[in-house]
Amino acid sequence: MSPADPTPTPRDARMTWRRFVDRAMAGVMLLCSVLVMAPLFLVVYFLFREGASALDLNFFLQLPKPTGETGGGMAHAIVGTIELLLMAVVLGVPFGVLGGIYLAEYGSDRTSYWVRFAADVLNGVPSIVWGMVVYALLVVPFKTFSAYAGGVALGLMMVPLVMRTTEEVLVLVPQSYREAGLALGIAKWKIILVIVVRAAMKGIVTGVLIALARVAGETAPLLFTALGNNFWNRNLAQPIAALPLQIFSYATSPYDDWHRQAWAGALVLILMILGLNLLVRFLSRDRNFD
Amino acid sequence: MLTMAEPPASNPTVLPSQPVPSAAASAPAPVASGEVAFDIENFSLWYGARQALHEVTIRIPATRVTAIIGPSGCGKSTFLRALNRMHELTPGTRLEGRLRLKGQDLYSAEVDPTVVRRRVGMVFQKSNPFPTMTIAENVLCGLRLNGVTDRAFLRQRLEESLRMAALWDEVKDRLFRPGVSLSGGQQQRLCIARAIAVRPEVLLLDEPCSALDPIATAKVEELIHELKKSYTIVIVTHNMQQAARTSDRTAFFYLGRLVEYDETRTIFMNPANPQTEAYVSGRFG
Amino acid sequence: MAPPSRLPDTAFRWLALLAALTIVGLIALVGWELYGGARLAVAKFGVKFLVNSTWDPVTDTYGAWPFIFGTLVSSLIALVIAVPLGVGTALYLTEMAPGRLRQPIIMVIEMLAAVPSVIFGLWGIFVLLPWLRDHLFPWLQKLFGFLPIFQGAIYGVSMLAGGIIVAIMILPIVTSVSREILRSVPNLQREAAYALGATHWEVIRIAVLSYARRGLFGAMVLGLGRALGETMAVTMVIGNRPEVSASLFAPGYTLASVIANEFTEATTDLYLSSLFELGLVLVAVTLLVNIIAQLMLRSLAGSGSGKVT
Repeated sequence: MSPADPTPTPRDARMTWRRFVDRAMAGVMLLCSVLVMAPLFLVVYFLFREGASALDLNFFLQLPKPTGETGGGMAHAIVGTIELLLMAVVLGVPFGVLGGIYLAEYGSDRTSYWVRFAADVLNGVPSIVWGMVVYALLVVPFKTFSAYAGGVALGLMMVPLVMRTTEEVLVLVPQSYREAGLALGIAKWKIILVIVVRAAMKGIVTGVLIALARVAGETAPLLFTALGNNFWNRNLAQPIAALPLQIFSYATSPYDDWHRQAWAGALVLILMILGLNLLVRFLSRDRNFD
Repeated sequence: MLTMAEPPASNPTVLPSQPVPSAAASAPAPVASGEVAFDIENFSLWYGARQALHEVTIRIPATRVTAIIGPSGCGKSTFLRALNRMHELTPGTRLEGRLRLKGQDLYSAEVDPTVVRRRVGMVFQKSNPFPTMTIAENVLCGLRLNGVTDRAFLRQRLEESLRMAALWDEVKDRLFRPGVSLSGGQQQRLCIARAIAVRPEVLLLDEPCSALDPIATAKVEELIHELKKSYTIVIVTHNMQQAARTSDRTAFFYLGRLVEYDETRTIFMNPANPQTEAYVSGRFG
Repeated sequence: MAPPSRLPDTAFRWLALLAALTIVGLIALVGWELYGGARLAVAKFGVKFLVNSTWDPVTDTYGAWPFIFGTLVSSLIALVIAVPLGVGTALYLTEMAPGRLRQPIIMVIEMLAAVPSVIFGLWGIFVLLPWLRDHLFPWLQKLFGFLPIFQGAIYGVSMLAGGIIVAIMILPIVTSVSREILRSVPNLQREAAYALGATHWEVIRIAVLSYARRGLFGAMVLGLGRALGETMAVTMVIGNRPEVSASLFAPGYTLASVIANEFTEATTDLYLSSLFELGLVLVAVTLLVNIIAQLMLRSLAGSGSGKVT
């Protein structure tokens, strides 16, 4: 193949090499996909293999047995997680939804841009930092770890998430709804609350559920706020157990039986999160505004 | 123009069935003199269930400019893209019939579409120089793909191609600036230079001037006039005056069929087919 | 008829504005509390804190270097593993995958993103670590033992294990952001390369990857931001020893891990304050990286207000 005429013929070495590289890279890309999917299957497999066998009714009903004894359960942690999530919702939803309303309905371009930017930046703050902040804010002054502190930590994490998702769904509501309200002489705030938010309600709820699924699995923010507890929590101003915390302390303990229970707890946690995600999918299915 | 889905890996086209000899809708006028570049017989193409080209039979001469005209949706771009197997980038296409370039069946099983595209170059409606490459890198891209590394040769080919594209004087001092730093008309000429740098046998132009102003258009048309001395050119255009100005032969397509194909003068002054006459006199399209 | 009072409207607007501004307030709160907690340590150690390698609660001397080192190295390892895999997968999804395979693969990746850190850590301790200790690490040492990074005793818990598990956790975001970037490459660019007679891979190389490289770099920086903050899974597999070692098989410690492990054990005020200072360093670095990533990704034309979380 003289340089004067680089017309490749199908047989020449360069063409064969190029074809080989093409095939090889296709294989590499496929391999990447397989490797990326593998961890999920591996984790799920072991969760079910190890966790299912350790799940029994006791697990859901009992408290942990004293150290070293086998048996017992994580009933308190499951309930604790639910309580913490409820508190998080109480804090996160009002601020998040109202803030989202501001961004979607009132925001001038300057303020909204910076608030959105700040929200995205906040989403990137390591969750353990939230724990430290709430520790300084609520644990130190009251001299006690508490469920409140844990709920606040999770709630603060939810605010930027809910704000962004709320804004996104509100923006999707057609302008014609608002214009119809204006034409009827209804005050703007009523239009927003009664018409626009009502129209976007499903989207707002799914946004909250997504944020919940995110914070339900968080451990770090709870480490020095809720702290964890081996007994029922009777007083929200006291430490409280949570599934992720219990999994963490059991997994890093030296006892085999606790390891077993850690797997079981992990299975329950992932099923909770999966349940939330399925609920989100179900709610998002027939979403149209006409 | 059809939008392209995410391009699939090269999948083999359906092998063309035996061409059915049939009385063509309009018998192709005999080529006056010189070689035949494309010899196409009963060529049909489907996008899924929709048939886009119906039994097109045409012989395109070498070193001449052949224009393809017709109203929107008549299949002219589809036909053009079939000449270098670009339609294969859309999944679900199927074809029948025979398409030969200088005697070789472009769609036979042993032919590599990559090689076809090297032999049949293409310039697009909207100029598309590679933005991360310099002017020089853009022009030489095709040569480098084929493994040419001789610097002297590359330099020479670079200058030749840019001169042939009437761009050399304008860019010779800034060959290492990004390709996208040029004006629209210059970018299109850059794309032409890029296409001819690999010395293809045929140059396909898909409405190359539709995004250009009249001055840039005039420059490109001048270019086509020069290029046809060494290249076979097939140009799709919706601008009839452009077809009349630049081409030797013209093919009129309508609803996926080749309606009439003749010397350009005949098509525009004295068309045989009433549909052709209606189109070129502006009564529809 | 008199127009309705404007007061409820204005009140509601201010209420909503206040809610939106809590975001800004939260950032200020984070900075304020962290700095307040760190003040003691900052006063005591000064800038030297960042380069000091001693972390000794017994003598009440603290230095951040082992943790900065550990955070950087484990994040780097995670990037080296996750970026090629993520971009390769994104390429597969945009360029090659048949239509019906695409959705399932994307779903699997989304599910991967939903798994909490502590569960990855659990799996890491009981499934990944034994395999690393008994198979991968010895194999690496056998083949590449001449390199200092693969020398030394093998325990399982190690910097490399930390890096691997963080890689798994940042794969979803790197893949999905890369995919968005690749999808935005105009088809006209691909066609230009095909028309020159390029093979599919050459088209990807010339027309897609080059065009997308700035966006892909942004995706990488975003992944880095995520990696820096990973806490639980890392703590469970990295070994939690504040040493700086050349070997990837040696245990390590990251900023987030030491805070998680020792916060509730901090016996003296200085101890606690030093941990707060570590938190400050962590936040500063993470915020910086995330801001850079956001700026890079937002500067790409036509991406609108796309959610990039």
